[in-house]
Amino acid sequence: MGAGDAVTLRLRINGRDHTVASPPDTPLVYVLRDELGLKGTKLGCGLEQCGACAVLADGEAVLSCIAEAGAFAGREIVTVEGLAETATGRRVQAAFVRASAAQCGYCTAGLVVAVTGLLRKTPNPDRDTAKAALTPHICRCGSHPRVLRAVGIASAAR
Amino acid sequence: MSLGPHPLVGHWLGAEGDVLVVRTGKVDIGQRISTALMQIAHEELTQPLECIRVAPVATGECPDEGITSGSNSVEQSGRAVRLAAATLRRMATAEAARRLGGEPPDWRLEDGALTGPGSNRPVPLTGLIADMDLGVPVDLDAPLAGPRARPARPPMAGLRDIVTGRYRFVHDLDAPGMLHARVVRPPNARARLAGVDAAVAARLRAEGLRIVRDGSFLAVAGAREWDVVKAAGRLFAGCAWQGGGLPEDDVFARLTPANAERLIVEDGTPRAAPVPPAPDAPAHAARYERPFTMHAALAPSAALATWDGARLDIVTHSQGIYPLRQSIADSLGLDPRAVCLTHAPGSGCYGHNGADDAAFEAALLAMALPGAPVLLKWSREDEHAWEPYGTAMAVELAAATGPAGEITAYSAEAIAGTFRGRPRPGKGRAGPAKLLANRFRADPVGPARPEPNLNRQGGMHRNLDPVYRLPEVRLVKNLVADLPHRTSALRCLGAAANVFALESFMDELAAIAGRDALDYRRAHLGDARALAVLDRLGAALGAAPSGAMAGRGVAYAQYKNAMARVGVGVDLHVTDLSEVRLDRAVIVADAGRVIDLGGLEAQLEGGFLQGASWALCEAVTWDRDGITSRDWDSYPVLRFDNVPEIEVIVLDRPGDASVGAGEAAPGPALGAIANAVCAATGLRLRRLPFTPDAISRAALRA
Repeated sequence: MGAGDAVTLRLRINGRDHTVASPPDTPLVYVLRDELGLKGTKLGCGLEQCGACAVLADGEAVLSCIAEAGAFAGREIVTVEGLAETATGRRVQAAFVRASAAQCGYCTAGLVVAVTGLLRKTPNPDRDTAKAALTPHICRCGSHPRVLRAVGIASAAR
Repeated sequence: MSLGPHPLVGHWLGAEGDVLVVRTGKVDIGQRISTALMQIAHEELTQPLECIRVAPVATGECPDEGITSGSNSVEQSGRAVRLAAATLRRMATAEAARRLGGEPPDWRLEDGALTGPGSNRPVPLTGLIADMDLGVPVDLDAPLAGPRARPARPPMAGLRDIVTGRYRFVHDLDAPGMLHARVVRPPNARARLAGVDAAVAARLRAEGLRIVRDGSFLAVAGAREWDVVKAAGRLFAGCAWQGGGLPEDDVFARLTPANAERLIVEDGTPRAAPVPPAPDAPAHAARYERPFTMHAALAPSAALATWDGARLDIVTHSQGIYPLRQSIADSLGLDPRAVCLTHAPGSGCYGHNGADDAAFEAALLAMALPGAPVLLKWSREDEHAWEPYGTAMAVELAAATGPAGEITAYSAEAIAGTFRGRPRPGKGRAGPAKLLANRFRADPVGPARPEPNLNRQGGMHRNLDPVYRLPEVRLVKNLVADLPHRTSALRCLGAAANVFALESFMDELAAIAGRDALDYRRAHLGDARALAVLDRLGAALGAAPSGAMAGRGVAYAQYKNAMARVGVGVDLHVTDLSEVRLDRAVIVADAGRVIDLGGLEAQLEGGFLQGASWALCEAVTWDRDGITSRDWDSYPVLRFDNVPEIEVIVLDRPGDASVGAGEAAPGPALGAIANAVCAATGLRLRRLPFTPDAISRAALRA
């Protein structure tokens, strides 16, 4: 792409507007991590198979490793770094700490985001609903029982 | 390993400002060893946890404790830190008395500060030790703080940073002028690079990308990660490969004693000696099989390396920075003192995954691109296709029985490739030979022919020795060379297949004898702590599940016959589609004195779930062109939808030594699930994993 036809991409992330230099077809996760330094969002597969790269788009958890950054123009993106700006996000983060819901922590950012998205939609999910919502996310250390406990703590704390 | 070469208090403890610094050679891989070591220092020195820090684990700065593996860290590093702290407490008390008066027994230590006779001005420990000479030997007989009345639940180190996205993994590192890098790999392990399309390479270079080639090792680097990812794909498309192909014959047909180097195993230790004949006409005999299994870490391996012309700095998530330093220095012809490795967190690895290979590959790139920090990341496909797998393994068991069905003679043969793939110095340049990239360089090294692990409870013979009291035992280790894939240490080593086999076999024998599975095990156990675990398990389980295609299984093991004792009970059902659905699990464990109850529970739950994933999902697949399990669809793992309710019961033994538990649960998990599937379906499955396809085929055969 020559300098003449450069497209300026604006993204709203964690409540702030950013002008992004990356080409709009760059997957969002690389823009977040590489250009904006928001490294809390993790890259696990690049195939939308593991959930490590989840972010909120207009309140809903979506994966960011394939979807092009350009597709997020005009949407409200929240990454794990911005979750604490909302009451639900803070409650979920506190619940993960209370339930000790991490081992190595690599999947955790994606899970904290996913649980926040879940509770925005379904404030009191039962265990099966929570399990179904989190099934796109892989954890290899086996923190699942604690994550499910964190869901319970966060929804009860509302 | 720990105190021997690092006998001084100062090797383990120090002070920086008002922070007590704990030094260790063991790295935190999500198993919470940092939290446990901080808790130990806190117990001995009363220093508040928030004023204790574990120093970065780096060569030349931390004790060389070899490899973080084998559930050894609490026993090795934990013991060293505890004794060093107890020695330091006595030294600091004496120092306070010497400087400020009174006798040492008059001084009280509380919240990390000493208070002397007739004074209410506490003297902070860190202030005292800052001026003390810590080059004093650790006293192995230093009196220890008494065990706590109830096990502690210290907060997990780093957790708040993890949930807020501030925790930094190797993958997240940044440095001025840093280049991202990806390796372009051959289609399979035996293919070699014949040539690279010059036009493709020229276009990439014109776009500012750097291409590094050494024989068949090919990589691309550039300033922006996504550009590098795309460039790696374009470069691969411009590559011509030759030769190669993987053998497609049935690996289980190769896993026989006839193809193996054979050793007898006595008291957990292998020895070259004539193998006694197999028992003839045993009452029961069976063979159990496990496929090649991946570590399949969630994060692909990564490393950051910088070469300034004289010194090579590498940040890595390797579990063994000192042996890796030697192996990398040898590979590159460098003085090991010119190579500095620092550990930074990766994702959980569960053994020797791609971490060490990625560190060396980053080093090769850094040497080719002097001055630029190079952050190399493996792709998901790299990790699935190129990590060193856990070997396929078979276990052949046979038993003679007495009038009540009790075992009177027992034979066990383990048959497998090697678990010893870690790069560490040894004969025939064993370190370089075990680093993946060395096989592909213009001047290749390796692969090394596997040598049998002769260590007690090491390798495939871990837990080959039955934990039960059996009158006559015959144990054989069979090492098979030339299996199709590179293999190395995977959580539990042979204990996973050995416990799966033995605990399945115990249930089969109990059924033949018409006895209850728990009672049958009890009858073969003399160890009161084992019996306590089984009693507690039986009580916690309650009534067995009823209903069509529902069943319960139990299993027991003591890791290495010396570490944590774990009993597992599983309730599950099998669906119309032959899917195993896990409903409930109870884990009862005795790991001696508990240091960090939350960490112990997490390791037991996590170990159970990894065992469950092995039991139900995991198997490496390949064809003649290469590995076909290259992502999470082709290598499925256990996910949230099949996570049961799990109850963990820890029997605290404050008067007994703390023993490792990180690898104690997967073996019993495998056994309990196999036994529960049999209870639910009547089908005895002896080859992992129990996929719907495997269950359907077994049903057709039945």
